[in-house]
Amino acid sequence: MAHPAVMQPPAQAEPGAGVYNEKLGMWVFLGSEVMFFTALIGAYIILRFAQPGAWALPGQILNVPVTAVNTFLLICSSVTMVKAFAAIQEGDQRMLRVWLLATVIIGATFVSVQVFEYMQLAHEGFLPGGYVAGSHLAEVAESGVAYKGGPALPESVGLYGSTFYTMTGFHGFHVTMGVLSMIFVTVKAYRGGYTAQDHRGVEVIGLYWHFVDLVWIILFTIVYLI
Amino acid sequence: MATTAAAFDHVAHAHIDTRSFIKRYIFSTDHKIIGIQFLIMSLLFLGVGGLLAIMMRWQLGFPGAALPAGGMFPETMAPDGIMLPEFYNSLVTMHGTFMVFFAIMPLLVGVFANFLIPLKIGAPDMAFPRINMASFWIAVPAGLIMLTSFAVEGGAAGAGWTMYAPLSASAEYSGVSTGQMLWSASIVVLGMASILGSMNYITTVINMRAPGMTWFRMPLSIWALFITAILTILAIPILSGAAIMLLFDQLLGTHFFLPPQGGQPLLWQHLFWFFGHPEVYILILPAMGFVSDIIANGSRKPIFGYHSMVFAIMGIGFLGWIVWGHHMFQSGMNPTLGTSFMISTLLIAVPSAIKTFNWLGTTWRGNIRFHVPMLNAVAFVAMFVIGGLSGVFMASTPVDIQIHDTYFIVAHIHYVLFGGSLFALFGAITFWYPKMFGRMMSERWGKVHFILTFIFYNLTFFPMHQLGLGGHMRRIYDPTEYEFLLPMQGINRFITVSAILLFTTQFIFAANFVISWFKGKRAGNNPWQDTGLEWTTPSPAPHGNFPTTPTVYHAPYEFSSPHVAEDYLMQDRKVERIASPTAS
Amino acid sequence: MPFDWGLPPAASTFAADIDRIYYIILAVTGLAFVIVEVALVWFLIKYRGRPGRKAHYTHGSVKAEVIWTAVPAVVVVVIGILSGRVWNHIRGRDSVPPDALPVALVAKQFEWNATYPGADGSFDTDDDFTLRNEMRVPVNRPVVVHLTSEDVIHSFFVPAFRVKQDAVPGMEIRVWFQATETGEFPLACAELCGLGHYRMSARVVVQEQDAYERWLAEQAASQTVASR
Repeated sequence: MAHPAVMQPPAQAEPGAGVYNEKLGMWVFLGSEVMFFTALIGAYIILRFAQPGAWALPGQILNVPVTAVNTFLLICSSVTMVKAFAAIQEGDQRMLRVWLLATVIIGATFVSVQVFEYMQLAHEGFLPGGYVAGSHLAEVAESGVAYKGGPALPESVGLYGSTFYTMTGFHGFHVTMGVLSMIFVTVKAYRGGYTAQDHRGVEVIGLYWHFVDLVWIILFTIVYLI
Repeated sequence: MATTAAAFDHVAHAHIDTRSFIKRYIFSTDHKIIGIQFLIMSLLFLGVGGLLAIMMRWQLGFPGAALPAGGMFPETMAPDGIMLPEFYNSLVTMHGTFMVFFAIMPLLVGVFANFLIPLKIGAPDMAFPRINMASFWIAVPAGLIMLTSFAVEGGAAGAGWTMYAPLSASAEYSGVSTGQMLWSASIVVLGMASILGSMNYITTVINMRAPGMTWFRMPLSIWALFITAILTILAIPILSGAAIMLLFDQLLGTHFFLPPQGGQPLLWQHLFWFFGHPEVYILILPAMGFVSDIIANGSRKPIFGYHSMVFAIMGIGFLGWIVWGHHMFQSGMNPTLGTSFMISTLLIAVPSAIKTFNWLGTTWRGNIRFHVPMLNAVAFVAMFVIGGLSGVFMASTPVDIQIHDTYFIVAHIHYVLFGGSLFALFGAITFWYPKMFGRMMSERWGKVHFILTFIFYNLTFFPMHQLGLGGHMRRIYDPTEYEFLLPMQGINRFITVSAILLFTTQFIFAANFVISWFKGKRAGNNPWQDTGLEWTTPSPAPHGNFPTTPTVYHAPYEFSSPHVAEDYLMQDRKVERIASPTAS
Repeated sequence: MPFDWGLPPAASTFAADIDRIYYIILAVTGLAFVIVEVALVWFLIKYRGRPGRKAHYTHGSVKAEVIWTAVPAVVVVVIGILSGRVWNHIRGRDSVPPDALPVALVAKQFEWNATYPGADGSFDTDDDFTLRNEMRVPVNRPVVVHLTSEDVIHSFFVPAFRVKQDAVPGMEIRVWFQATETGEFPLACAELCGLGHYRMSARVVVQEQDAYERWLAEQAASQTVASR
């Protein structure tokens, strides 16, 4: 599809990346985001390889089914995002708003479920520092009996808690930022701020959104499933 | 989201500027004003960093003697003016932190990437002017958080600017709680400013070069700033991630770096230096770029081997990612890894040598003008050679056993960061001052400042090599505790006196900077008879930079070209060519 | 103590190897330093600006650049190979001599505790004994230090032996040396470890083999007395 003039690189310039500034800027920014999550995931891999005994089996402490549903929701929000972008490319204002709103709602739901999950885990006694003294999980771990279809819980899950909360927490923070920006874009869409000729905001927020989704798929795999 | 519109807006406003004072000078989106804001902020922090260093030197030269005016410090820092070990540790830490993160890095990048990139590539402003403004106003609170940490209970962070865990990760070990957390928080906030800035620089350089400004017509300063921005955007998030983990260890009770529950101290070092070594090149590459611009100008010759200079910048930028382990030869890291890190580290000598010899080649058969920027640029070359060569000692794993964590390292880093980056900055500030403020800095006082700084700088830092060889550890509060260091205490006193003189000399620069702002000689468009696009605009450059987008016809350093009568050919000047086999 | 320029007197077997590499690098870098600085100053004087003159217009010389790329490359590779050999001897995988005398050195804020295995030659038994801020070793006999830390990172540094190794909590690191002279040598902490870092000093006492054994027997005797 031939891009309209505003979605080209600035006029009167040497050939650059071939895309408009906002898109190029977002790609560069996502490069730094990749490095950020690389640091967190890299630390996780190193710590887990060194201390495999500090991790419980998948599903023993974390609620995998609920998070799996949540993951599915987030993937759906990528689809709605694509739909929103496709709509505005056709100049369809109504469907743009519908799909953007859907994306906002699903994103917010994801974050809410995550907050709920955290509250549940805190209630059972699993925090960034490990077990909470005197909590249900601490007692189970102390008793040394088999738990939820696996062996006994590890004596200490300090590293498990540290990496779980840091990685998922920062992902959740990214989703929250995405939702807030998406609300901004949605409001602008309701005011007719995007056209078939110029819809840079929609495309750029879409890039970010898909990136955050992709990170979640990696995190879900390595944190919940392995 | 309306960059293109904003760009046209700039041009329209180029002559009649109707913006309010606050929009023009405080919350400005103009890259030049933001550059000047960064300049003022980072020069202030440079002064803070220098002051901390002098206090530290006082204790080292005269252990146990009351600081002059030390009575003003509270009991928790220096009772009766005699500083406590914990205050000394805070000074060590904060000197390093302020100098690296709040002085040198913003001076090189915040100031000059902002100021120079659009002007030198012929763009009206940055790609994202508002994000640019945000970058500055995020950096300011980061600096204030860091400064405030001196005032909180327990004092400022005291685990060294490298923040080796677990000392940094638990107040149980360091005695500093809030100060350590503020350090981590400030670094994370500053990281956001760096990332936003770099995103801007990269986008601007790629997408907004004026017609004719091809990649290989970009001045080396722009090349260096571009590669630096790439290093920054990839390295800073690693530091942010590590600092967040450190902050959580301190704040939320996580165990990333705390061994009792399986955390790994070496993980911190790997993360820190994986960021830290690219950071070292973030702190030197722009300086190399400015020096290349200035030496070509001072020698009135095209830079020698422009293409290899560009590839050397890229080579250094690349090698920066695979050498971090050389900070960790004695850390308990696998010694076999040490050997591979030694080899990659030694290879950095190659691009560094290319650059040095090419600068020499540029002066060869030149027609050299000794203006203040040129003097400082030449000093950069002379001092960078020392700093680079002393690096070979540390790169060699067995020799590093003796000099690691001693004053030899302190000498090395200061030969690179002060002898290198700071001399380049003195040169660059003087060189581009007229374009920033429309007036020249005083040539006479610039020379006085240069000569005194050059002398006292060498007297301060060169003897540190000897201290290090003799086994003088870094970061010790009182060297006289060790009998084997007593014979070298005279050197310590000598260094302290030199350092105080060096610090005092900087008031000449400060006075020259401030007075010239109001009283300096008015500058024309092109006071240095340079070839860059920034010199085609009035001084100071107006909002929007260029009345019409310039077109570029030449390579960046066409000095003494046979095609024109003058000894400089500006990049946007179209000339009928005489047959020219060499010119490009 | 007298003041010596350069490196302090060496008192271990591999100190000479390290010092040799140091002097080789000093010679090479010294030469490079002189060449560059002399050329720089000479050019600055010779080609100082004169009115009415134009600089020589050139964009470089591929030949010259190939030379000053290749020469440093070769030199640093040679330095790397020489250094690698010595490093391997000191820190390589099987570099610790099998007959080395074991000492467990535990660093903590802000002291060094050297534990000896006692008569039975193994650690964690009743006849172990510990010295505070002192380590005693025989001369001309390899010693392997099992280095650990109780709290933060410290660094075991004996300048005369050219030995430095960080002590990392949660890790046990082995580092060896062989003293070649008797006497007392300072041991310092080289890694910032907190507010007492500057006074975390100790000494290494090197004795003749028989004196060392006498001392060992005395310690064993007093140890037996203490345990009764």
